Amino acid sequence: MTPFPASEYVVLPIFILFLGATLAGALIAVFTKWIIRSVCGLALASVGLAGMFYFLNSPFLAVIHILIYIGAVCITIIFAIMLAEPDEPTDAPGQHSLSWTLGAAAAAGGVFLALALLGLKGDWPAPPKQVSDGSVENIGVALLTSQSLAFLTIALVLLVAILGAIAIARKGRHME
Amino acid sequence: MNLLEMHQNPSVYLVLAALLLAIGLFGLIRRHTLVGMLISGELIFGAAMLNLMAVNRFFAPDPTTGQVFVLFIMGLSAAEVAIALSIVIAVYRNYQSIQTNELSQMKG
Repeated sequence: MTPFPASEYVVLPIFILFLGATLAGALIAVFTKWIIRSVCGLALASVGLAGMFYFLNSPFLAVIHILIYIGAVCITIIFAIMLAEPDEPTDAPGQHSLSWTLGAAAAAGGVFLALALLGLKGDWPAPPKQVSDGSVENIGVALLTSQSLAFLTIALVLLVAILGAIAIARKGRHME
Repeated sequence: MNLLEMHQNPSVYLVLAALLLAIGLFGLIRRHTLVGMLISGELIFGAAMLNLMAVNRFFAPDPTTGQVFVLFIMGLSAAEVAIALSIVIAVYRNYQSIQTNELSQMKG
């Protein structure tokens, strides 16, 4: 199949858009003061990550990522924000002390440098011959045959998590 | 590195995943509320997923395995959010606050 003429000039801006959305969303999620804006940053980063999954040959995971992260995780966090008051008070002592922030930045920067060097300089093997194309059909077959243990385990984990969440949060209708 | 072939280059994805992990770690240390720390944790989950997908796309013989793995991580993170937010609600009910420096009591 011959590609669309000059298609790379269309693909590159879309890729950079998703890359920028991921980074900007993550930075907004971490640096903003109000938690509700932080959730919006998480949603933006999720859109960017879904685009990254699309570029990594997996449109199925892109759809699932938007469905779970924006449709379930962000909405649940917004519910929790409405039920609790998670904003950080501005006048509390010891908050955002400069040394604490600098220490956090140093730790995160160290982790980033180490992992980025590993990714760039690491002795990665040559791409092997691919035995399947990773389509949705292949994922479905794998989930029910070779990967069925993962499928059953995650079903069990989700069941236990739902039961646990109900058990922890249920005695809340009557405040004493 | 050819800029036009940027989306075919595994280094871009690996460095982006490392950067997401670093940002999430920074937020996890810096935030003083439970919900803020939870959001940073979600960023770290996203970094893990991106890293797995990049390695799966470029260096694995069977691209199906990594996608099943990422689906597993998504399920885990959804379960984690459900549990963590119910704990947040329970803590708020007892303390009227979810500031981490006020949560200093344990009761068996």
